[in-house]
Amino acid sequence: MTDTKTPRQTAPRSAGRRAFLRSGLALAGAGAVAATGLRPGAAQAADAPDLIPEWTRYLGQGVVSAPYGKPSAFEKHVVRRTVPWLTATAESSVSFTPLADLNGIITPNGLHFERHHAGYPDIDPQRHHLLIHGMAVKPIKLHLNDLLRYPQVSRIHFLECPANSGLEWRGAQMEKLQFTHGMVSCCEWTGVPVKLIFEQLGVDPKKATWVLAEGADSAAMSRSIPTEKMMDDAILAYAQNGEMLRPEQGYPVRLIVPGFEGNMNVKWLRRLELGDQPWHHREETSKYTDLMPDGRARRFTWLMEAKSVITSPSPEKPVLGKGYNEIRGLAWSGAGKITRVDVSVDGGRNWQEAKITSPVFDKSLTRFALPWEWTGQEALIMSRCIDETGYVQPTLQQLREKRGLWSIYHNNGIHTWMVTKSGEVENVQLS
Amino acid sequence: MSSFRDALIASAALLLASAGAAFAADGATSFHGIGSAPTEAEIAAWDIDIRPDGMGLPPGQGSVADGEEIFTTQCAHCHGDFGYGAGRYPALVGGTVEDLDVQSVRSGPEKTIGSYWPYASTLYDYINRAMPFGNAESLEPDQVYALTAYILNMNGIIDSDAVLDAKSLAAIKMPNEGGFYMDDRPDVHAEACMSDCRDEPKVVSNAKKLAVTPQEEAASQ
Repeated sequence: MTDTKTPRQTAPRSAGRRAFLRSGLALAGAGAVAATGLRPGAAQAADAPDLIPEWTRYLGQGVVSAPYGKPSAFEKHVVRRTVPWLTATAESSVSFTPLADLNGIITPNGLHFERHHAGYPDIDPQRHHLLIHGMAVKPIKLHLNDLLRYPQVSRIHFLECPANSGLEWRGAQMEKLQFTHGMVSCCEWTGVPVKLIFEQLGVDPKKATWVLAEGADSAAMSRSIPTEKMMDDAILAYAQNGEMLRPEQGYPVRLIVPGFEGNMNVKWLRRLELGDQPWHHREETSKYTDLMPDGRARRFTWLMEAKSVITSPSPEKPVLGKGYNEIRGLAWSGAGKITRVDVSVDGGRNWQEAKITSPVFDKSLTRFALPWEWTGQEALIMSRCIDETGYVQPTLQQLREKRGLWSIYHNNGIHTWMVTKSGEVENVQLS
Repeated sequence: MSSFRDALIASAALLLASAGAAFAADGATSFHGIGSAPTEAEIAAWDIDIRPDGMGLPPGQGSVADGEEIFTTQCAHCHGDFGYGAGRYPALVGGTVEDLDVQSVRSGPEKTIGSYWPYASTLYDYINRAMPFGNAESLEPDQVYALTAYILNMNGIIDSDAVLDAKSLAAIKMPNEGGFYMDDRPDVHAEACMSDCRDEPKVVSNAKKLAVTPQEEAASQ
């Protein structure tokens, strides 16, 4: 190569660039140093190509190469995953957020966990509306463009499926944090406070005490919700982390009922009906009721109680070396703000208060961290959170003593990881 | 400068006052001009919910015998010929109210329509809105009454010669209606002990032993 074209004109893209670099190296000894553009002294650098990698030599991608940007290809393992043996079909199933690979408190839209009962639809917002009707209410029909005209609020809230960690009730079962705790996500939800529209319609929460929320998917999933809660902090959300809701999260409008069971945050919302009794539909009788040891079951267990988990170290994030490490995790409560998180590295015998390292919001994921000197020994690490009501996250044993083994839902127990001498991390339960 | 500041304060006060005037005199806000009135047909098409007291049940009727015919062609391939479930699809029949307190580690009590559901109305409502899976809201009221009758019969709730309509369905009492109570949590009051909190912990369970976690071929790190 003896031409003197600029690197842009002689350098092909991506893999081709590497080939070009290699060919440049092959020719280096043949006196083509000038042609490859390397300075004379950089001949040594040519023998250690990584010191001046190809991205420092050649142009990268231009703007709008990806009109909707994606993460680096080197992060392609960070995806939602499912447990195929859990359900009969993928349409009535769940996927889990890769919590170990996330930082901060916000779950990116493409990684929010999914729970569908009949697959997720691709709704045309022009052909969809929200119907609000029922007891003592003049019916109203609202399209997405109507909702966008109302006063708008933004709130950061977690969404958790009550079956999250349900696989751990009777023993350590799943070997990854993604599967033990991944049915929780947290986004900024933007939309209309239900209170504003209900007040406009003249809803009296003392008379029309219940609301039926129903979706437009082919499960037409429905839940009874107290009107008081709806008029407290419920939101008709159309945006998720700034952009409009993803289809998997309920595009074009979903209900957000902060701190309450994920299932009640009805997606693809099509109807709100006011009434004076609960409807006792399938998702609040057959499902999402908690069987107790005496054979009776709790119903309307709406509140997601305070819960925390260490996200690093975790099975997906082994300890990389002795010396300084930081134990990190997430805490959240449907009752309000997290006020404190404690961490134990000796199986719960002794605890230290961790630092809160994120903003603290009401009914939201909260980040905590604790410096930890790892000496290469086996360790049993766990976290325990306290929320603003003073409620302390219990152990799994305490929950089992009260609720037995077949409650299925609402496992908010303290979770233990065992760090082994190799730094690998395993899911264990203790005596 | 102070007169300029005064003018600023005055105009700010004016702005605030005029913003306040956008609210109706009785204190309720008025977002007029947004939304439209739905037609009766639009409401009827979606107002499909059934309540335990029978509210919402449409005119129509169906027999256990008619239900069996529909079940065989539209339901059995997922729910099994006798309602015990096929593959991982749900069982509709099985278990007893008496066995709901069994605390075996291996498998939990069978919670089906007959052994667990508190209200028969839920069955009508659910079939009507969500079934068959993948062809929802395709059944007529007579068919839903018939299927409800057949499934209740399979669960031993009604006789095989029964014919269900709005009145008779609303009158059915399910065996586990009394088996539910309102959430009474918090039920566990943990202490935030900080030191010498427990004896030497022993590992009694390790997920690796079960080996049921989906694994990927390539290392994710």
